[in-house]
Amino acid sequence: MTSTDTTHPDAAPFLSLEAVRKTYPGVVALDRFSMEVRPGEVIGLVGENGAGKSTLMKILGGVTRPDSGTITVDGAAHDGLTVEQSIGSGIAFVHQELNLFENLDVAANIFFGREPLRAGPLKLVDRARLREMVAPLLKRVGANFSADAPVASLSLAQQQMVEIAKALSIKARLVILDEPTSSLPIAETEKLLDVIKGLKAEGISVIFISHRLHEIERVADRVVVLRDGTLAGTLAKVEINHDEMVRLMIGRMLKEREKAGEAARAPGSVALSADAIRTSTYPDRPVSLELRRAEILGLAGLVGSGRTELARVLFGVDERLAGSVTLDGKPLDVGSAADAVANGIFLVPEDRKLTGILLDLSIAQNITLPNLPAHARRSLVSTGAELATAEKQKKNLGIKAPSVLTRTGTLSGGNQQKVVLAKWLAMNPKVMILDEPTRGIDIGAKAEIYGLMRALADAGVAVLMISSDMEEVIGVSDRIAVMHEGQISGILDKDDFSQENVLLLAVGKKPKSLQAAGGVE
Amino acid sequence: MSKKDLGLLILILVVGAVVTAINPRFLSTINLANTSNLVALFGILSIGQAFVIITGGIELSVGSLIALLGTLFIDFIAVRELDWPLAFVVIIALGAVIGFVHGWLITRLKLQPFVVTLCGLLIYRGVARFYTADGTAGFAFGQNFPTLEFLTAGRSGGLPNSFIALIVIAIVMWVVLHRSVFGRYLYAIGKNEEAAKYSGIRTGRIIIAAYVICGVLTALSAIYFAMYTRSISPASHGQFYELYAIAAAVLGGFSLRGGEGSLVGVVLGTVLLQELQNLVNLLGIPSSLNFAVMGGVILIGVLVDQQWGVFRARRRMMEATRQNVAGAPAE
Repeated sequence: MTSTDTTHPDAAPFLSLEAVRKTYPGVVALDRFSMEVRPGEVIGLVGENGAGKSTLMKILGGVTRPDSGTITVDGAAHDGLTVEQSIGSGIAFVHQELNLFENLDVAANIFFGREPLRAGPLKLVDRARLREMVAPLLKRVGANFSADAPVASLSLAQQQMVEIAKALSIKARLVILDEPTSSLPIAETEKLLDVIKGLKAEGISVIFISHRLHEIERVADRVVVLRDGTLAGTLAKVEINHDEMVRLMIGRMLKEREKAGEAARAPGSVALSADAIRTSTYPDRPVSLELRRAEILGLAGLVGSGRTELARVLFGVDERLAGSVTLDGKPLDVGSAADAVANGIFLVPEDRKLTGILLDLSIAQNITLPNLPAHARRSLVSTGAELATAEKQKKNLGIKAPSVLTRTGTLSGGNQQKVVLAKWLAMNPKVMILDEPTRGIDIGAKAEIYGLMRALADAGVAVLMISSDMEEVIGVSDRIAVMHEGQISGILDKDDFSQENVLLLAVGKKPKSLQAAGGVE
Repeated sequence: MSKKDLGLLILILVVGAVVTAINPRFLSTINLANTSNLVALFGILSIGQAFVIITGGIELSVGSLIALLGTLFIDFIAVRELDWPLAFVVIIALGAVIGFVHGWLITRLKLQPFVVTLCGLLIYRGVARFYTADGTAGFAFGQNFPTLEFLTAGRSGGLPNSFIALIVIAIVMWVVLHRSVFGRYLYAIGKNEEAAKYSGIRTGRIIIAAYVICGVLTALSAIYFAMYTRSISPASHGQFYELYAIAAAVLGGFSLRGGEGSLVGVVLGTVLLQELQNLVNLLGIPSSLNFAVMGGVILIGVLVDQQWGVFRARRRMMEATRQNVAGAPAE
């Protein structure tokens, strides 16, 4: 694409992985994975959530050791890297979540812990020298801000430049950018892509991880596609195009339409309707959505597309900036989770351990917490009523625990999730929102949770399931809504379910099959 | 009674036995009556503090509040000649209002409890001193309030009435903390406020209520302290009492992170603190060492408790690992 192509196809690779395998209990995260990165090469790394990208990053960063395989950095072969080896050989990371001290200025962040000191016993920071050292780094990343600017005053893209400058300051030879653009507006993204080109021109290798495939198309020299922990394919520069990447990401599923289970059901009446809601994460993107009774609506999209934020607003824990909500046709003002619960709108949150349950309380105490007054006489908790409810739910959901008095913190993830479900099932849900309900749960418990969601829908509850697991979304939902950058990019009916369609909508493109039919909002 | 409380009780009895062996006057009627009166006064205060600490908050202004409300109470009945029941109600209401304001600032305006109540500590002390023009509030010669004096400083069958009041309050508050819906909410909020909110609890209201309870009990103990000392110099009255209350709660097994502790514990913590004070007097330890003894004992107590907790956590982990190895499905 550029005339200043500095990739040296014949040069020895800076990094090469050979047959790397990493397993976690019950999961093969990475298997027979091989790739090479040559000096000055920009590699686009793509794959769905859970395809193994994070594991690969952890291995390169020295955070985890692979079970087998060889990692060769700069000619030296290793079974696995340590963090020190990773840093020492010039591998630098820029994470989606930035690791900057917002209260310090740019220069202090770049050389944090490595500040040049003045002579003398006091070890004062030599600020003049520090500035001299920072200036060329900022120039290299094309910074338009000064070294004295507090990081908190910078935009996200500028903060990312600080991170990249930090990487350059340790003489990085490979910079790994983990979804750097996922939260950037378009103009800022351009700047970042320019920085990547600048790195390449200096002979520094880049691994660029992104869900935004058109960005990969523009900067990558080669694309490596991961699927289910294995190398799904490598695309040379001339082969890189959007459809090809999608095909490799979802593999054989491309042409098959997955119509899991029964035929489409007759939709129920509208239970909850959200009209032009705005969340604080995407304040300029109104979202409208209808949840129907007796239906599981899958909410798909990439991480950061605004799904969780939408759920939090509907449940009342986040502020609704604009828009209106109706429940059963009547306007509803949900100002707090307590309001939502009082109206039968329940949330099984994404972060089970922080917000779903209280790890230190017993199963019984967790289950009755949202409905404690119903288990009390004259404001005093009736232990009998509490235990009865808990025992019933424990039995119905098959919670595996010695007793309902067991601390929930000692349970497995699947059983903890069942406790979260149990507390809502013990009440009368009208609308049930589940955010990644099967994350971190073993396969057996997953199936049980799918069964519970189906049973809820059959009982007339409107179910909204947020999930990043493609097979789950397609296999469980009756309809699928897909979010992209804070907005619903399309709603798929059962006949249009396919991984390809979901993925296209998730990256902001319209599936061809739907364009004619006009099935997209 | 939990194991923790039982351990504390045993410690109290052992210390008591040792002190008695050295100085038998420890068990004299007059010493026991005096000590139990002080236990009552500090106990009521500490129970209030415990309700705030259980939410993960802290109330630093109670010492100054005791000076301010005590001054006002004596001024109302001795100088302004209000009927004492009316003055009583006004003081309790003032305590409730101040607690409400603290809770409101903390939950609605998201200020830190430490900061809000530290400002309270400074403000109420200053107001109390200004109110009396740095003088002393007290009763005129011959002024008597027989009923009030009987209720606060009198005795029934050898027991100080204040101690009876403590027992009644402790029982009521035990039920509230350990048996009521509100008490369960308090623990839930202290353990994990976010998760409590996600369970539909109106956490703000519950936290405000905890500060109101603390304010009311502080006001009540302010009246007791006022009737006990009978004259108040607002510059020093009640100084460091917030620390006595916090110390009693900590000794009683409360975690300053919230969500942990029992009512029996905070009462026993108060008993131990007063026993230590008494010990300093009876064993002829220079009274200047008073605080040093208290601080030392609290430090040792917390250390033992913490090490015990580490030990138990490690044992629990070992057991869990063994179970996992035995074939429980990994997550």
